[in-house]
Amino acid sequence: MKNLTKPVYVTAGYNTISLGTGRKEFHPKKPRPGIEHYIKEAGQGAIAQVNDAANIDEGVVSNFMAARFNKQGNLAAVMPMIDPSLEYKPLVRVEGACGSGGLGLVTAAKTVLSGMADSVLAVGFEVQNTVKAVYGADILAGAGHYVTQRKSGHAYFFPAKFSDRACAASEKFGAERTREAMARWYERAVLNARQCPKAQEYHNSIEDLYAAGMTPCNANAFCGHINVYDCSKVSDGASAVIFASEEGLDRLGVDRKDAVELVGYGQVVADISKDPEDQTKLTTSARAVANAMEMAGVTPKDIGMLEVHDCFTIGGMLSLEAAGFCGYGESPDFVAAGKTAPDGEVPTNLSGGLIGYGHYTGGTGVRQAADIAMQFTGKPDGQSIEIDSSKPYGLMISMGGNDRTVVSCVFRKVQ
Amino acid sequence: MDLDTRLENVAVLGAAGKMGSGIALLLAQEMATAKLKPENKDRTYVLHVIDVNEEALTGLLGYLRAQLTKAAEKSIVPLRELYADRDDLVENYDVIAAFVEDALSVLRPSTTLEAAEGARLVFEAIIENEGIKIDVLTKLDKLVDPDAYYLTNTSSIPIKVLDEGVGLGGRIVGYHFYNPPAVQRLLELITTSSTKPDAVETGRELAKRLRKKVFPANDIAGFIGNGHFMRDILHATSEVKRLMAEESMSEAEAVYVVNKVSQDLLVRPMGIFQLVDYVGVDVCRFIMKVMTEHIDGETLRDDLLDRMADGGVLGGQYASGAQKDGVLKYEKGRPAGVYDLSKGGYALFADGDWTSKLDEKLGGPPDGLAPWRALLMDPKKDDKLAAYFGNLATTDTLGAGLARAYLVRSKEIGEKLVADGVAESADVVNGVLTNGFYHLYGPVNEYVELVTDKVGGTR
Repeated sequence: MKNLTKPVYVTAGYNTISLGTGRKEFHPKKPRPGIEHYIKEAGQGAIAQVNDAANIDEGVVSNFMAARFNKQGNLAAVMPMIDPSLEYKPLVRVEGACGSGGLGLVTAAKTVLSGMADSVLAVGFEVQNTVKAVYGADILAGAGHYVTQRKSGHAYFFPAKFSDRACAASEKFGAERTREAMARWYERAVLNARQCPKAQEYHNSIEDLYAAGMTPCNANAFCGHINVYDCSKVSDGASAVIFASEEGLDRLGVDRKDAVELVGYGQVVADISKDPEDQTKLTTSARAVANAMEMAGVTPKDIGMLEVHDCFTIGGMLSLEAAGFCGYGESPDFVAAGKTAPDGEVPTNLSGGLIGYGHYTGGTGVRQAADIAMQFTGKPDGQSIEIDSSKPYGLMISMGGNDRTVVSCVFRKVQ
Repeated sequence: MDLDTRLENVAVLGAAGKMGSGIALLLAQEMATAKLKPENKDRTYVLHVIDVNEEALTGLLGYLRAQLTKAAEKSIVPLRELYADRDDLVENYDVIAAFVEDALSVLRPSTTLEAAEGARLVFEAIIENEGIKIDVLTKLDKLVDPDAYYLTNTSSIPIKVLDEGVGLGGRIVGYHFYNPPAVQRLLELITTSSTKPDAVETGRELAKRLRKKVFPANDIAGFIGNGHFMRDILHATSEVKRLMAEESMSEAEAVYVVNKVSQDLLVRPMGIFQLVDYVGVDVCRFIMKVMTEHIDGETLRDDLLDRMADGGVLGGQYASGAQKDGVLKYEKGRPAGVYDLSKGGYALFADGDWTSKLDEKLGGPPDGLAPWRALLMDPKKDDKLAAYFGNLATTDTLGAGLARAYLVRSKEIGEKLVADGVAESADVVNGVLTNGFYHLYGPVNEYVELVTDKVGGTR
């Protein structure tokens, strides 16, 4: 384990609205903004919080499947549209499925750590509503192994992968308790999202969220062990943050109190062609978090804010176990007891997470970092919570595929 | 001959029309699915889609391609299983495209009857005209398999008239789909005393495969659905006249009022005149004419529909499915005005305050009233309706009085359908109205007792 060689800060978080079904302004048949709009809005939103875009040295853009959703490759070259000063600078695109955002964060961090740049703009985005969900499922299935898994896979490839996990967890730890906790996860996600005007579920007006979450699963039309409320929706959106060294912050004119410090990260990748060793465990995520915590010198009890990758309710719950916030098989009780609520033991996914805020796949990891940075600097898009002074750390998990490409970061509130 | 053998050679007459195209869509899906099953690998499936309108026939193929794609997208989970042994079809996109091609490949479009030579199952969805139907089927019966069965989509003409007119010897069944056939689950199955039992069984088995809910009806013109609907229209038009006389309303005002009450206060998906437009003003008039011809002692006719239809106010739908203007004018699919025959144009709801004055005259809604859409999926729907109708009974407003009269008349119509032997029971009548017209409750219901008992009358 190597340690960070110098302080790295994250500042200037910005998230666009997560657009898709559920938002009042969304209409599937009307024209919508394209990728350029989102990249520009997020990038310019971050730049507006520093003195001069010219002081940004490099850029990284995270995206999963623009080549298929939007027929656009060469994405690094879209970044100069954010600001002319980015032209002719080192810009790069990274991809690791739904964990692309996390890869963007570590790429930016490593660039600063290398000393080759004092500040790096990290933007992550996905614009997925260009195709119907049934075809989007094909595109997103690219996060699994095409040759060995797609033909035998389900029409809704990833929902089915996590349906299998829900099935395994139900069999091992009790169907009712697992199902109920999944419904509670959905309920909490929407309650948090209703506090955040940019969240996709901000307009959600379902009276009894828990009852909706308990909707019986229909294997004939969808999946046997998850329902639609267990799934994050199809989203268009982008997020941005700026990574900087101490010199970088000075050059950008950013006060330390307007930044958080990256104190540890874990970047772990598993073989895409292999199935999970155990459906009830996120083993790759567990390693990523363990590495991040070790580098940061923290344990779960130090974490005052958590951002987990709940692409599916069961995924969010298994993440809690993988990160050590509760024991193996204990996440249903942990969730049911309200320990992930804003006033709970580990305030989790405060703007709604992937289910509540939305999941613009390639940008979600950046959104998680932006949310932690904004919450810790007192400028969240949604609800603001009092961070326990004994827990000045925020942890995030950005996961690609079925627990294959994972990045976990630990940020510290600047005192 | 079993159903699978019959499905090898099928013809749809009037295939480019509103109903025919939907029936062709259902059949293309069913035949393509059957073809993909291993036990049918040696069978060849052919669907002759026949229509005299060449241009419409060309449009039909585009319509079917689009609709088949939508249907395949919805059934992607079972479709992937159906194509599990096709290694070249990996993504949903591949599977959907393959299914659409397979379904289109059974189609044989034609403008001539001769194309249907050898057909074993014939769906008839041509113009609702007794003479033309008999003429076409007579010609066709010389070409098709001697044991071919006919499934006619007539919504009003007695099956016996067609059977005897063509000389089919009981090889014809009334097979009344509701519009649009691919979406509506209701199917009225009409038989006569001479219908071959095997033809009925074939129709039932096919309905099951097409996932339709079958409601049996006896062979009396109009059958159950239109038997209720047409008389319901006549109640509405008589109320229009009464309001004009007793409440000094203009005809357009009275139409507005009756349409509003029949939707809002009866908690129906559409007002009565909106439904007339949906079906078509002239179509409604024509169905009434056919019913009058074949039902002794009852004349179904109203001069309001006659004047509208004669004045070119027709309703119906565009090829896209969008609603055409009729008795009412539509904006974004919603009523926005009423045709004023005296002025030869639409009185728009948005012009002036005439609708709000009428709303005021109708009085506020009884407590507990919820819109149809809100109650549709509500598990406590029945309790909420009972509470609402209880309040309706004691609400002393013009609107509540109209609604009560409507409920009472609707029940009378439903009971008459049973008494006349059109439907075997009130449950069947209620089933047709709830499944085919999406009413939340059948016409023969206990709410009417609440209404009549509490006020000792209907108004």
